[in-house]
Amino acid sequence: MRLVVVSAGLSVPSSTRLLADRLAVGTAGRTAAEVRVIELRDLAVEIAHTFTNGFPPPPLADAFAAVAEADGVIAVTPVFSASYSGLFKSFFDALSVTDEDALAGKPVLIGATGGTARHSLVLDHALRPLFAYLKAVVVPTGVYAASEDWGAEGLDGRTERAAGELAALMTGLSGADRPRPRRDSFEEVVPFEQRLAALRPAG
Amino acid sequence: MQFGIFSVGDVTPDPTTGRTPTERERIKAMVAIALKAEEVGLDVFATGEHHNPPFVPSSPTTMLGYIAARTERLVLSTSTTLITTNDPVKIAEDFAMLQHLADGRVDVMMGRGNTGPVYPWFGKDIRQGINLAVENYALLHRLWREEGVDWEGRFRTPLQGFTSTPRPLDGVAPFVWHGSIRSPEIAEQAAYYGDGFFHNNIFWPADHTKRMVELYRQRYAHYGHGTPEQAIVGLGGQVFMRRNSQDAVREFRPYFDVAPVYGHGPSLEEFTEQTPLTVGSPQQVIEKTLAFRDYAGDYQRQLFLMDHAGLPLKTVLEQLDLLGEEVVPVLRKEFAKDRPAGVPDAPTHASLLAGARKDVREDVREDVREEGVRA
Repeated sequence: MRLVVVSAGLSVPSSTRLLADRLAVGTAGRTAAEVRVIELRDLAVEIAHTFTNGFPPPPLADAFAAVAEADGVIAVTPVFSASYSGLFKSFFDALSVTDEDALAGKPVLIGATGGTARHSLVLDHALRPLFAYLKAVVVPTGVYAASEDWGAEGLDGRTERAAGELAALMTGLSGADRPRPRRDSFEEVVPFEQRLAALRPAG
Repeated sequence: MQFGIFSVGDVTPDPTTGRTPTERERIKAMVAIALKAEEVGLDVFATGEHHNPPFVPSSPTTMLGYIAARTERLVLSTSTTLITTNDPVKIAEDFAMLQHLADGRVDVMMGRGNTGPVYPWFGKDIRQGINLAVENYALLHRLWREEGVDWEGRFRTPLQGFTSTPRPLDGVAPFVWHGSIRSPEIAEQAAYYGDGFFHNNIFWPADHTKRMVELYRQRYAHYGHGTPEQAIVGLGGQVFMRRNSQDAVREFRPYFDVAPVYGHGPSLEEFTEQTPLTVGSPQQVIEKTLAFRDYAGDYQRQLFLMDHAGLPLKTVLEQLDLLGEEVVPVLRKEFAKDRPAGVPDAPTHASLLAGARKDVREDVREDVREEGVRA
């Protein structure tokens, strides 16, 4: 079983990455999933090039393949200007133009970090709709960590609850009838007669 | 194998001087480039079709007709003709007319276009892009082969007893290539009709081009037109050459860095590594182009993009000299080596006409035999 962690933190060390790691440890402990972390900072230039070139450069294509093949995804972003960071959104934009069904039916745990708890609804006002649009199954509990949370009670409880929910979805949804492997338009050619016939006027 | 050039027809400022050519200068430059292509021994000139600035070639058959009058051998083609937003009736007429004027030196490449607003400007819906390509071409295919056509479809007013004029030269439709970068549906369409498939092979990694070409070859065989190796494949390519490769890189970099399509993106080095772009010596261009065969198989037509991104006409003409004198003669020789016997040449008017006459002779023989049986 494979768990992919997408972290959009920029500083080193990063509290976004710290939250992502805690969520990953909690999930992996319940599923024995193999964890791969994708640091978007390392792919920032490749992400931009996907927009200028139309195709992802090899390291990013590799990250996209990992996301597409994952049984579950943890996606964590810092809050910038009242929303997810541009880099975070760009990664998922570039992913969806490359493979529009990469996240379809996939369990996704969302997390965000910020300087103040006043931004905590970013999870439900920004991240949740984004992943709903991408047809992911978003875990009910999202985890927001403000700076003050790292020195307060409660974060560990939320982290554990969210990780437990993701693990349950990953094991529950990983049965034989998963929609993966992903659609490949080269292997599913609609025969031309069928395409032509569909345009023929009735009668 | 055919070698040639294809032009997008962009009017782009020369980044090294800041000067933008006028539309007239650019149009005349495209003509000069086409004439030069014939002069240096290339086989094909193809022009794009665009309906928005900064591009000039909105009326390809007008331009190609003019070039036809000033050339002797050059095959005139497009890259691409918009099968989605043009009326297939007008395409049938325009290219048949061009065939007559150019004594058959005409083929055409169908494409869907890459500019969203062109669809609504011509009263079409971009979400129907594939369906427009399917239906419009199905009509065009009939118009070139049948008279008194009765037709009804989803996107165009019906036709009753319509005969497009002039009829194709010698009753032989222009050969058609279908161009697509990323739509397997178009490779399937080309295969269904036994037409050619062209991949522009410029912006995408080789692996993607390979999959498109493989699909086309398999489906070409599926529809009974021949073996996969006999399918008619064309590839694009993009090069900038100087005798010394460092000079090529130094001279092309300012154009590359701000080029309209891929400028402000990856570095020249990254782009040459990831895509078929070659910037270097003629020898490097030869090596990279010969390697196209490794992923596309033995193919029929190689077109290079030479005039874009604001390169001055003088530079483009120098590029064509290098291409014609140093690159293409070697490519012709090397591609001919080890080419399996069954791999056909790119169809021309003469070869299609000969094929049609042979079919007629066989039909006549068939009739004679039947008569004999009855007698």
